[in-house]
Amino acid sequence: MKKKNRLQLDDNGKLKHFLTIEGLNRQLLIDILDTAESFTGVTEQTIKKVPLLRGKTIVNLFFEASTRTRTTFELAAKRLSADVLNINIQASATAKGETLLDTLRNLEAMHCDMFVVRHANSGAAHFIAQHAAPHISVINAGDGQHAHPTQAMLDMFTIRRVKGEFHKLNVAIVGDVRHSRVARSQIHALSMLGVEDVRIIAPKTLLPSEPEAFGVHVYHDLREGLRDVDVVIMLRLQKERMSGASLPSEHEYFQRYGLTEEKLALAKPDVTVMHPGPINRGVEIDSVVADGPRSVILQQVSHGIAVRMAVMSMAMQSHLPEATGGRRE
Amino acid sequence: MKIEIKQGRVIDPANGIDATQDLFISNGHIVALGSAPPGYVADQSIDASDQIVCPGFVDLRAHLREPGEEHKGTIASETRAAARGGITTLCCPPNTHPIIDTPAVAELVQRHADLAGHARVVPLAALTQQLAGTAITEMHALKMAGCVGVSNAMRPVANTLILRRAMEYAATYDLTVFIHAEDYELANNGCVHEGAVGSRLGLPGIPTAAETVAVASTLALVEETGARVHFSLISSQRALQKISRAKYDGLPVSCDVSAHHLHLTEVDLLGFNSQCHVRPPLRTQRDLEGLRKGLADGAIAAICSDHQPHEADAKLAPFSATEAGISALETLLPLALRLVDDNVLSMPQMIASLTHQPAAILGIKAGTLAIGHRADICIFDPERYWMLDEHSMLSRGRNTPFLNWEMKGEVTHTLLRGKTVYEG
Repeated sequence: MKKKNRLQLDDNGKLKHFLTIEGLNRQLLIDILDTAESFTGVTEQTIKKVPLLRGKTIVNLFFEASTRTRTTFELAAKRLSADVLNINIQASATAKGETLLDTLRNLEAMHCDMFVVRHANSGAAHFIAQHAAPHISVINAGDGQHAHPTQAMLDMFTIRRVKGEFHKLNVAIVGDVRHSRVARSQIHALSMLGVEDVRIIAPKTLLPSEPEAFGVHVYHDLREGLRDVDVVIMLRLQKERMSGASLPSEHEYFQRYGLTEEKLALAKPDVTVMHPGPINRGVEIDSVVADGPRSVILQQVSHGIAVRMAVMSMAMQSHLPEATGGRRE
Repeated sequence: MKIEIKQGRVIDPANGIDATQDLFISNGHIVALGSAPPGYVADQSIDASDQIVCPGFVDLRAHLREPGEEHKGTIASETRAAARGGITTLCCPPNTHPIIDTPAVAELVQRHADLAGHARVVPLAALTQQLAGTAITEMHALKMAGCVGVSNAMRPVANTLILRRAMEYAATYDLTVFIHAEDYELANNGCVHEGAVGSRLGLPGIPTAAETVAVASTLALVEETGARVHFSLISSQRALQKISRAKYDGLPVSCDVSAHHLHLTEVDLLGFNSQCHVRPPLRTQRDLEGLRKGLADGAIAAICSDHQPHEADAKLAPFSATEAGISALETLLPLALRLVDDNVLSMPQMIASLTHQPAAILGIKAGTLAIGHRADICIFDPERYWMLDEHSMLSRGRNTPFLNWEMKGEVTHTLLRGKTVYEG
């Protein structure tokens, strides 16, 4: 825990890398939400740009396919006036046998300032942050099954906008928690922001080992778990889990864990429905619910840009004292 | 060449000896304890006062990387590191390249060890050809070539029928089968213990059941075949319970544990510390305590190093993409001594778990200071403090989570067949 703390924060306690919610503190999360709030104006202007990161180079280093996350990071960087480089590593260097560290060194030699990293291995963003040159900030855009902190923060942003406060809420996360980096980050963020009742709802095959260690309440029955819930977050069910040893069929999963109007009626009347996307209609969520009045799924996407602008500008801010008065060296 | 070792605390658990006395060596063998034989004139005298004189250690599991992976280590480099650690006999698993599944490779390994002259190396032969798990090896020929047991290393055997036949065939030639108890399917390419820490880090887990299922099915085959089985690297309390129950019931089974499983747990992985990536994985505090208890009550016969040297790059990647293993020869003694300091073992018990007990599992003459035996001896200062730093390591692999740990207890002399191979 301490190690993570040191890695993510600089000597003044400011955000340097954004790798996981764990080891951060409540005030920092609130700062991120407040900063994001101040950026929402920018995205609604005719000229959707602020000059905060002018002259900075941000590299989207994606070792795993992604459309939405990469696009919103790219838009966020551009709206901060940074130069953006998109690198899809699956198709380039590592395929030629280059190690991750070599790729990193090459990009450093090109004088980049920030890496936004997505990687299939848990801990990849930590690894890169540990080995990157000191002037580089690393933002985790999803590492294996470990963390996806910007997704969690945009979800927190959405919840705060809709509900105002955190501490009185009951929040349920439904679906494949075992393999979900999004769920892990959400659980940490919700707890840190004061939500006392975080529930995870799934069959045992989709729960992580020792789920109670996360400080959550575990349910196997969606109807029971949804009772009096203020926010329900549905997780995407990966295609490869839909049949085989974890689940018998899409049909049974939808019967038991698919969110329908009828099941949603058990939650509080003003319940909010969220989903990190992309959604599988008719698998984890009924279209009527996904497109219904209580769904904020599309708002989540637009909030993603403001939250990522906030995180990027804050992480770069930690370098500003050094940067003022000219370039490094 | 005659060497006398003066005034050391001589501990030889095999013979129930623990007393301050002199020890006399002649022509590579121990010739007397206490008083010199008539007419003995030493060519060299070692002052061992305030030090412990014991049999050279016998390590049940050390990967030497040769042949095939000399960028990680060679027989010469790793046996030199062993000598620094007071280890005079090393048992190496068969997963070299080429694999030790023919007498030629087994002989090559021993010849290279003899040429290097730092420690004795006894190989395990592959249980199945190419370790592929489908066809058994020429075990008789391999035994004639010096192999002291058979093992499929970390690789799975295709099915229980093949394992049964392999055990029966090994038993025909009185070869011990060394089992690395891990059910391949349940392990499911995991890299950490399946538990709270693995869940938090989002790393694929190896459940305790991967070990207990493999132990249970192997034990059933021991009952069936009568083959002698040694379980390498037990990592969980539950598996240990099963083995210890089977021993109680009279089955010919034994087991060992690595030194790191007695000091580290899954918690040490936090921060994605790839130096703690080992197989079997580090498990819980409860397991650690269970293993320590098993050592104290005799359920576990030996502490091994499970030495696995790597080049630096092997650990420079995101956790699950790194290679498992610790370079462990040079920390075996201080880590074992910590158990004495922690009141888990007495000094003679600790030494027994590093000497005659592992030697008995290998069925070799080693690990004792009996008169007439070859003089493989370790002399160490149990009170000397030192820091493990990577530049002073002799192993080619500097991969260890114990870097910068303060170690207590250091080898001052290692003698192999009456010849000083290390002096520190």
